Amino acid sequence: MGEFLEAAFISGLMGAMMRMATPIIFATLGEILAERSGVLNLGIEGIMLMGAMTGFLVTFGTGSLWFGVLMAAIVGMILGLLMAFLSVNLGLSQHVSGLGITLFSTGLAMFIYRLYFGSPTVPPIVPPFKQVSLPLLSKIPVIGPGLFTQYTLTYLAWLLIPVMSILLYKTKMGLKIRTVGENPVVADTVGVSVILTRTLCLVVGGALMGVGGAFLTLAHQNMFLIDVIGGRGWVSIAMVIFGNWDPLKGAIGALIFGFLDGLQLRLQGLGFHISFHIFLMIPYLLTIVALIGVSRKASVPASLLKPYRREEKGG
Amino acid sequence: MIRMRITRREPLPKWARVVIPIAAIVTTLILSAIPILLAGGHLWKSYYYLFYGALGTRFNLLETFVKASPLLLTGLAVAFAFRAKFWNIGAEGQLLAGALAATVLGVSLGGIPGFLVLPVIIIGGFLAGGIWAAIPAILKTKLKVDDVVSTLLLNYVMIHIMGALLFGPLQQPGSSWPRSSAIIEAAQYPILLTRSRFHLGILIALLAVLVIWFINKRTVFGYRAKAVGVNIRAAHFGGINTTAVILWTAMVSGGLAGLAGVGELCALQYRLIMDISPGYGYSGIVIAMLGNLHPVGVLFSALFFSVIIVGAHTMSRMTGVPTYIAEVIQGMALMIMLIFLLFTEYRIKVVRK
Repeated sequence: MGEFLEAAFISGLMGAMMRMATPIIFATLGEILAERSGVLNLGIEGIMLMGAMTGFLVTFGTGSLWFGVLMAAIVGMILGLLMAFLSVNLGLSQHVSGLGITLFSTGLAMFIYRLYFGSPTVPPIVPPFKQVSLPLLSKIPVIGPGLFTQYTLTYLAWLLIPVMSILLYKTKMGLKIRTVGENPVVADTVGVSVILTRTLCLVVGGALMGVGGAFLTLAHQNMFLIDVIGGRGWVSIAMVIFGNWDPLKGAIGALIFGFLDGLQLRLQGLGFHISFHIFLMIPYLLTIVALIGVSRKASVPASLLKPYRREEKGG
Repeated sequence: MIRMRITRREPLPKWARVVIPIAAIVTTLILSAIPILLAGGHLWKSYYYLFYGALGTRFNLLETFVKASPLLLTGLAVAFAFRAKFWNIGAEGQLLAGALAATVLGVSLGGIPGFLVLPVIIIGGFLAGGIWAAIPAILKTKLKVDDVVSTLLLNYVMIHIMGALLFGPLQQPGSSWPRSSAIIEAAQYPILLTRSRFHLGILIALLAVLVIWFINKRTVFGYRAKAVGVNIRAAHFGGINTTAVILWTAMVSGGLAGLAGVGELCALQYRLIMDISPGYGYSGIVIAMLGNLHPVGVLFSALFFSVIIVGAHTMSRMTGVPTYIAEVIQGMALMIMLIFLLFTEYRIKVVRK
């Protein structure tokens, strides 16, 4: 009996870890793309919330989950474009532009939600995504059922990790992005448009953030609550630093966060009377501790936070 | 093809620094028509109730000051930190730290003379916010941890500390809700005007404007903080102890945010609840930027936002536009102000080529 419970517990924990890591992986990859091109996108928390709201609203209206995900990605792209306009075209402070996007998107998400649904006593719900078991892999004892019975979006997130690595390190486009992020003057000299590259990275990154948000309202939960993101965007920013701007290492950070988040949910479910707030706090504390560990040897993209203006070369 | 070119311009005259925020506010109000119309609100009626709700009666006007008090304090907190380029996004957590300290003191100080209770609580709340802000300052200066990220993450840590305490030792005996016992009467801020909620905290916030203005303009510390903000390396080579400047800046900034928490607790709620702040710490960022990081500017932008927030409730009741319009307007105001500020330093030329 004890053994069976243990196996079920581990399997469940593995499953929860994968699930809770998914939105962080999407958002972390989106942020890595933006930061590798030289732009810190603090709009991430708001973009995720808009993605979560849009995905839910569109699915509620049309009944199509994938259409909801698509629209969440598109809204993420639009907000990425707005971030690009402020921080790249106009060269405004990336810190403040990003926070502006987050504040604006947060307000807008609630505003649109209230406009559409009013203030219902019971939050409206949609039938969420169903989990898919991978053949063979999900039959591995103990860890298999948990790890390989997941939402399609989770598999997609994992697929995106090598895709992002290959894009950044093995393609010409990746070389351009990294050059723009490290030394925009050089990039400009060899004919790479700094503005266009950064804009593209913010737009694609925004799409990933939007999808990460939509996962929370269409798979993890089936409703939109005001605190659905709950700081996951900021955690993703921390994961980018933790992972030293590398997709794979960032994803490992996301997995650790997912593990703690999952453990917290499991222990709560098992009726452990540890105040669940203390458990909710641990991922954030550990993230800060992790940052202390990596910050001193961090290899920040050299031109991060610096707007690029041709007239001020070398400035 | 049309291209934008952004080039530096001569510094604008002083009047522009006043005109530009006003222009930003007017532009924001005009653009607010878009969400109002989207919500199906009648445009003029909506604007009318927005301002009537905030300024139309004596009670409403005084309520606007009540709302402005925490906004003013968090706005000052952020402005003071940003001026020294300490990116304090953690005013929300520091506010909660202040409210938490005020709760602990406010329920337990029954034994000391009444006139001492409020001073102890105010100092305690200031210190709690200040110490909570000192953590990211130390992480930044000693361990090179990015202050934006650490202050943000610490907000969530503080929310959960508060939650753990409100479900634990601070929970009101017999209650199943996450709320504390009520503070003692001597710990309540006095109401200064009858038939209103105009309380001591508003005076404290106004006093803080003067104090911050004085520190910025008339003290060596204010000069050093500015030097660190403009160029930290130059400040360092100029003999300024930049670590100490950042640490003290953070403490004062966090302390101001802590006072906002004390005010919310001791003047309005009288007991700690989870949603004691609807995001005043984050609004502080917008207010600081709109006020151009200047204490007097922060005063006016806090009042402006307070008008929007208080007025949005009346507008919502009368026209059905959701109250979250206040948040939308705040976000828009920040971005518009940013763009307008750009014009103070740069000119934008549209060139065809």
